[in-house]
Amino acid sequence: MLEILSGSAYFGFFISLFCFFTGVFIQKKTGLRIMNPLMLSIIMVIAILQLSGIDYKAYNQGAQIISYFLTPATICLAIPLYKQLRLLKDNALAILVSIVFGTVTSIGSIFLMSKLFGMDHTFYASLLPKSITTAIGMGISEELGGIVTITVAVIIITGILGNVISDLVFKLFRISNPIAKGLALGTSAHAIGTARAMELGEIEGAMSGLSIAVAGIVTVILAPMAANWIG
Amino acid sequence: MKIAKEIAIIMGITLISEYLNKAVPLPIPAGVYGMVILLVCLVAGAVKLESIETSGNKLVELMPIMFIPAGVGLINYVAEIRQYLVPLVAVTVVSTVVVMGVTGRTAEFILKKRKREK
Repeated sequence: MLEILSGSAYFGFFISLFCFFTGVFIQKKTGLRIMNPLMLSIIMVIAILQLSGIDYKAYNQGAQIISYFLTPATICLAIPLYKQLRLLKDNALAILVSIVFGTVTSIGSIFLMSKLFGMDHTFYASLLPKSITTAIGMGISEELGGIVTITVAVIIITGILGNVISDLVFKLFRISNPIAKGLALGTSAHAIGTARAMELGEIEGAMSGLSIAVAGIVTVILAPMAANWIG
Repeated sequence: MKIAKEIAIIMGITLISEYLNKAVPLPIPAGVYGMVILLVCLVAGAVKLESIETSGNKLVELMPIMFIPAGVGLINYVAEIRQYLVPLVAVTVVSTVVVMGVTGRTAEFILKKRKREK
């Protein structure tokens, strides 16, 4: 029976949604932010696959239908952005400076930590694009001589981490302005952080969506220069 | 029928974006091209907000679910993750917190300063 079920293209699709809503339920019941539905659902699906022996390929056959919607959904981030266009125009300089500062901090902190751990160029280059969206990050990693699989793993982990810990970071750094929150989420945790920003509100979502594009492009420009710091 | 029309517009822009992503030799993903195209279309009035809003907002709302397959895909990288576990965790946690903090603080600082000037 397991074989027939997992062979169906709807298996991965269903199991993903089922685990997500189980995650939503758990978060509601516990009332804990750390019980993030996305994180929980990923852990649950992995556990189900491991326990049942169903391989990732069989799962992804159905699950990839969900992934197909990622590009159109990213495009639709233009909707909150359009609605907040006045806000964007009024604060253009503050927005741009914050994202550039954040991106420089990202590269700088990765450089320092890599030095501290005595990492080689390959590992350093794999980590450099960790805060930006997967599609741009993979390209940068490859070009700079990183290992693309590590980059993808780190980008996804960064996104989930940013999504989960944002409330704590906002408290710690006393960040309360919705524009600042959105920029912080998008610049540090790309689209997965933006998913959290959308939950916070339309301004947060719009600013976070914008940050994905700007931080991505700034990293394309800066990362190749920084890549040579560890030869 | 309205929803079908909305989806057709969004998919049309997605298609153009995917083409640009393949045709232009820059590492810019289709989503970023599409975001710019849709924003320009909305500003120029070529696409009315009402003619994409319902489906568009739903797609954005459902975004967290769309990351599940990629997240589950981490099981394919278990070997790499295990090999570099300590530095990987350290760099990821520290850098994510610091970047989020610095970006947010910078914005807070500039926005507050501007408010005072006004």
